[in-house]
Amino acid sequence: MTKRTVQFSIYRYDPDKDERPYMQDISVELDSTDHKLLDALTKLKAKDDSIAYRRSCREGVCGSDAMNINGKNGLACLTDIDSLKQPIVLRPLPGLPVIRDLIVDMTQFFKQYHSIKPYLINNDPPPERERLQSPEDREELNGLYECILCACCSTSCPSFWWNPDKFVGPAGLLAAYRFLADTRDQATSERLDNLEDPYRLFRCHTIMNCVDVCPKGLNPTQAIGKIKEMMVKRAI
Amino acid sequence: MNIPVLKFDAVIVGAGGAGLRSAIQLSEAGLKTAVLSKVFPTRSHTVAAQGGVAASLGNSEEDHWRWHMYDTVKGSDWLGDQDAIEFMCKKAVEVVVELEHYGMPFDRTDSGKIYQRPFGGHMSNFGEKPVRRSCAAADRTGHAMLHAMYQRNVKANTQFFVEWMALDLIRDSEGHVVGVTAMEMETGQVVIFHTRATIFATGGAGRIFYSSTNAFINTGDGLGMAARAGIPLEDMEFWQFHPTGVAGAGVLITEGVRGEGGILRNSNKERFMERYAPNAKDLASRDVVSRAMATEIKEGRGCGPNKDYVLLDITHLDPATIMKRLPGIREISIQFAGVDPIKAPIPVVPTCHYQMGGIPTDYHGRVVMPRNGDFNAVVPGLYAAGECACASVHGANRLGTNSLLDLLVFGKSAGDSAVEDIKGSKAHRDLPKDAADYSLSRVAAIDNRKGGSSVAEARLAIQRTMQDHAGVFRFADMLKKGAAQILEVEKQVMNLEIKDKSLVWNTARMEALETENLIEVAKATMISAEARKESRGAHVRDDAVDSPEFPNGRNDKEWLKHTLWHREGNKIEYKPVNLNPLTVESVELKTRSY
Repeated sequence: MTKRTVQFSIYRYDPDKDERPYMQDISVELDSTDHKLLDALTKLKAKDDSIAYRRSCREGVCGSDAMNINGKNGLACLTDIDSLKQPIVLRPLPGLPVIRDLIVDMTQFFKQYHSIKPYLINNDPPPERERLQSPEDREELNGLYECILCACCSTSCPSFWWNPDKFVGPAGLLAAYRFLADTRDQATSERLDNLEDPYRLFRCHTIMNCVDVCPKGLNPTQAIGKIKEMMVKRAI
Repeated sequence: MNIPVLKFDAVIVGAGGAGLRSAIQLSEAGLKTAVLSKVFPTRSHTVAAQGGVAASLGNSEEDHWRWHMYDTVKGSDWLGDQDAIEFMCKKAVEVVVELEHYGMPFDRTDSGKIYQRPFGGHMSNFGEKPVRRSCAAADRTGHAMLHAMYQRNVKANTQFFVEWMALDLIRDSEGHVVGVTAMEMETGQVVIFHTRATIFATGGAGRIFYSSTNAFINTGDGLGMAARAGIPLEDMEFWQFHPTGVAGAGVLITEGVRGEGGILRNSNKERFMERYAPNAKDLASRDVVSRAMATEIKEGRGCGPNKDYVLLDITHLDPATIMKRLPGIREISIQFAGVDPIKAPIPVVPTCHYQMGGIPTDYHGRVVMPRNGDFNAVVPGLYAAGECACASVHGANRLGTNSLLDLLVFGKSAGDSAVEDIKGSKAHRDLPKDAADYSLSRVAAIDNRKGGSSVAEARLAIQRTMQDHAGVFRFADMLKKGAAQILEVEKQVMNLEIKDKSLVWNTARMEALETENLIEVAKATMISAEARKESRGAHVRDDAVDSPEFPNGRNDKEWLKHTLWHREGNKIEYKPVNLNPLTVESVELKTRSY
């Protein structure tokens, strides 16, 4: 790609000076080396330093730059700029309070993540060396541990929009299953008790927006299904 | 001005690997601890580490910490301190096993043990042949590690201050560190953290270079704070250029790719590393491989229309191995090079990756600086660990997988030292009356300046100056020019203007403050590099070439010493390298070859 100009429509809101949010039309000239949406945002910020967004690793592993891009949640650093229809409409992740511009308050998202006790529970005295785990048992964690907590999934989930305080959401439930699936973890029944509630787990209606938007290609719906299976098995 | 004061036993600045590891020690010891981070902890740059963490577990073949120690000393080109290196290599097994107990999802061998792969410069039997020492979770080891340590901190109820940026160290009239000033990004409020122990775990500053594998946040904030507080920076001329950054994008491709059998090829499809390192070949030390690649490109054997990169080839590997051991690399390659490595080789170039130098510490993680003839006098109340610190275990060149090990071992020992010192002290020392004035005046200057330079321009000037004058190969005349030029750029950085005046999440202000930290690191690097008139490890200059008297251009008679750069007057002094390990015999000086 050569030099080209790209048009944006960006959600702007600074509570320090704006009465209400508005959409800003702005364009920027890109160099041939600018490939990703984040490259364009970096150029935009050099032009107008007041545009606020989070970013860090720029390679899709830190989960900072999740936003709503032309109506779909994704990471700016992994989105090809030339694949987007213009004007490119950028909004903050839906369903969470906006702090400023593209920056949302993620408190509720992390509260749900923390609520599933996202850490290994094993009360045996630790052995001198590593706990053993077969390669097959370890394989069960693939597709679960890779989550980057970007919140693309939970903030695209209607059930999470309606009940962010009660429904754990796809990211938190994926993490819950990551520990349920770990042969080293001993808290299976405690973890299932913690989710047995009309809202926490069972508000998932398999709409599958989470799967559709996950920038890491993970499948929270499948993990949720497996937790439900464990619940059923335990009931019999 | 009335600034809020928050009182803690300890504050940890940075929540990457080193910060989270020391936080576990402090929280589990029951101390009131605050962890400050510019980003949510799992967004710290440790998350991007790929290939593994070194420990002589010997899970797949015989291995010993003494072999690991030998490799690390040799890798450091003998600039590493052998007491710290012994301490780290010996502790490796313990800290990696702890991680496994925290729940880290390591890959496994058939017998259920932690999976290990070969890595550059890690050899068996004192340099004989590559050994499997790198403990890995696919090619996402840093991610798996950082999340496991964050999770352990959730369990330990560690108190995080997320999206807070530390501004300056607070030292009292006797030089004791009594806390830091910090800004809450959501409100712009400046607060004093009044502490008995302050641990810096702020990571590296790879963003001083134009082409870097580093995240945007790697701006050397701890180094800037230390330098402004009168603490020297050690061995800042030594920067690692990782052999395999994606050409153009700079994104990292792990050395683990070569550990799994990947081969570097030039435009003749030749496996050129056989000529430069007949024994270790593609698994030679990073400085050696990067120089070989730069030489191939310089001599016209680069690939592509501009002959400006070489190829990393794994097309001969079983696709199943790639999918299992290197899935993240495949994603990165498709995303950033437009190449599926199962089908075609990846275009790569040496890219700035890691800072071997940093804030001087002993192997207990206590910050040290010269005082009254003692080169290693402790700065009371201050600790540092991870990439921002210099223990020094990496010396002139770090081995791959030793960075994750460094942050575990020294994160833990800095935490332990802080616990010990806090329990041995009675109370907080008094805050100086003007504790926050310096930070407030810096912030006010940025907020109020008119007609200054833009942050984007000043930052680019730093990055261009460093890239053009202090790269893989260094030239005496360019270093001289670079040293003069970076002082010009400093004037620009001290005159930054921002348009955004909001108090709420003002990223323009944050970036201006970061740029003020970057320039300190850039000056330290350029001036230290200009001063060191030899070639050693990652620092190679045209006027210090290979000769019988000085093999590889290394001059042990005059230059077997650590650089200390002082911000005040850009003064340089030197301190001796510690060639004496704690319990074993010294690894004797030798010419380095792979």
